[in-house]
Amino acid sequence: MTLHAWLIDDAPASAWQAQCGGYYRGLRRAMRSPSTVFGIVSVLGIVLIALLAPWLGRVDPNAQDILARLQPASAQHWLGTDQLGRDLWSRLIFGTRPTLLIVVLVALLSAPMGLVVGICSGYFGGWVSAVLMRITDVFMAFPRLVLALAFVAVLGPGIVNAVLAITITAWPPYARLARTETLAIRNSEFIHAARVAGIPTWRILLGHVLPLCIPSTVIRVTLDMAGVILTAAGLGFLGLGAQPPLAEWGAMVAAGRQFIFDQWWVAAVPGAAILLGSLAFNLLGDGLRDVLDPKNA
Amino acid sequence: MKRWGRAQRLVHGCARAVLTLALTIVGLLLVTFLIQRAAPIDPVLRVVGDHASPEAYKAAKHELGLDRPLYVQFGRYLGDVAKGNLGKSTSTGRAVSEDLREYFPATLELSTVAIVLGVLLGIPLGLWAAHQHDRWVDQLVRVISLFGYSVPVFWLGLMGLLLFYAKLHWVAGPGRIDDVWQYTLQAHSHLLLIDTAMDHEWAAMRNAIAHLALPAALLAYFSTAYIARMTRAFALEELGKEYVLTARVKGANEARILWRHVLPNVAAPLVTVISLSYVTLLEGAVLTESVFSWPGIGLYITNALFSADLAAVLGGTLLIGFCFVGLNTLSDQIGYWLDPRVR
Repeated sequence: MTLHAWLIDDAPASAWQAQCGGYYRGLRRAMRSPSTVFGIVSVLGIVLIALLAPWLGRVDPNAQDILARLQPASAQHWLGTDQLGRDLWSRLIFGTRPTLLIVVLVALLSAPMGLVVGICSGYFGGWVSAVLMRITDVFMAFPRLVLALAFVAVLGPGIVNAVLAITITAWPPYARLARTETLAIRNSEFIHAARVAGIPTWRILLGHVLPLCIPSTVIRVTLDMAGVILTAAGLGFLGLGAQPPLAEWGAMVAAGRQFIFDQWWVAAVPGAAILLGSLAFNLLGDGLRDVLDPKNA
Repeated sequence: MKRWGRAQRLVHGCARAVLTLALTIVGLLLVTFLIQRAAPIDPVLRVVGDHASPEAYKAAKHELGLDRPLYVQFGRYLGDVAKGNLGKSTSTGRAVSEDLREYFPATLELSTVAIVLGVLLGIPLGLWAAHQHDRWVDQLVRVISLFGYSVPVFWLGLMGLLLFYAKLHWVAGPGRIDDVWQYTLQAHSHLLLIDTAMDHEWAAMRNAIAHLALPAALLAYFSTAYIARMTRAFALEELGKEYVLTARVKGANEARILWRHVLPNVAAPLVTVISLSYVTLLEGAVLTESVFSWPGIGLYITNALFSADLAAVLGGTLLIGFCFVGLNTLSDQIGYWLDPRVR
């Protein structure tokens, strides 16, 4: 039996096979849409570029050459050079690293935070829910970028602080989502059965409630990653994210801003990279929603 | 009897909304207060200087009320904000509230023009796309909104300046108005379009419009993308319903169905979308204003950030937060009023 036949078997022999089959069908459905394929390929491409940066980058992204500053594209510098004569191609390639680092860290910090708050609020109800949801609403009520700015103002600029600031503003939607999912299953038979069987609450939450909240959260996080890239680039552009000489796309646009009218490519190139990165995550998120969300099937 | 019940429910709903609003605002203030307290900038040293004696330091600390318990300090902060006292900006040397009164109208003018354009373009575009489902208009709206969700606003602004200002000379450059008028115009409302109209300064008004055109068009693009996408989604759902079929059977033309039947039914969620888009514009101001040197609240906040002027940063943050909360509550109420089904 081939893998394909095993996956699309109409009568799966185990829950594991049925689940794999479900994902496989979803993946095949998603692969029919060219935009999803583009999203998947681009995100994978960005990850690969980040991993292979030292080989793709050709030269040190921070190597300055004052005599060759603000050069247009040439055989030696594929995308030209910036105001310090650094190779833009290399900086662009190495720029995938801080961007991905921020995206991954924000996802790893904010999703669990939102899940904990949302699941507890949904499962326990009562005043726990009231207090947690009010806190969530307050953070939802704050405009994201401005709140992130205020936090950076206190914490000081830098990548780690940018991650913290974005995380603080990113978790509330996940909490809302997890709460809705939890409320929907809180009174179902299997939860009651687990409770009667004497399974401790924390194990019910971890083993029964959490897995059911994961798919919707994953979709939402992926869709939000596009926004995180934009916010991180925005902080970088304002000089509050990654600090020089680190190659970061937002900061690169800010540096190129002074020469926008004469050497426009210095700002245009990293900006296009930000656009591509966030576009990739948007398309991937749309595709994931089609696969994982049964409502859209 | 029935009418009385409705009135009671209305009062109840309003009371609930006001309570929620108050709680959220106190929460907002708590966050800014805690940020202020957590900041590594010692407000006492700001007053007495680095070389003050311990006694002078203690006296100043007492003077500022910083030796009291946190909840007392928070109460005092609440009282100050209620009186409109947001502290003194160390970078401009004036009261933050006074600064905001001057800077905020610039942001308001820009985002209001943008949201009006966004609504005027976005709603018809969204309805059209829903009507032409899966045809080219629909695809166009999809591409427009996808691009709008993905493009960094500051970069698009720079590219716009490059193309329309530097290359094509269609619009004026950064800033709100040329220096010629900068200091001669009477500031009535700080809204240049209104101020110039009041004084019949038509040349100045044309200049202000030339400056406003590009940033407003840029922001309008983002709100059009969002509003069109949401209108399309809402309208598509409505178009599948039976009353639309009934209207079609009775011979109503498509335009009438869209504008008279579908639009009123999607009005309530659309109001929420528009208000959300509006506050996003107020917030997006931070980046746009930096690109266009637009002297609004966003530029005020970023400038304050770089001079470690925390009172100004938090004052600006708070003002945007208030707008956020206020508009959300308002749009909830308008939606409630527009849609008899949720009453």
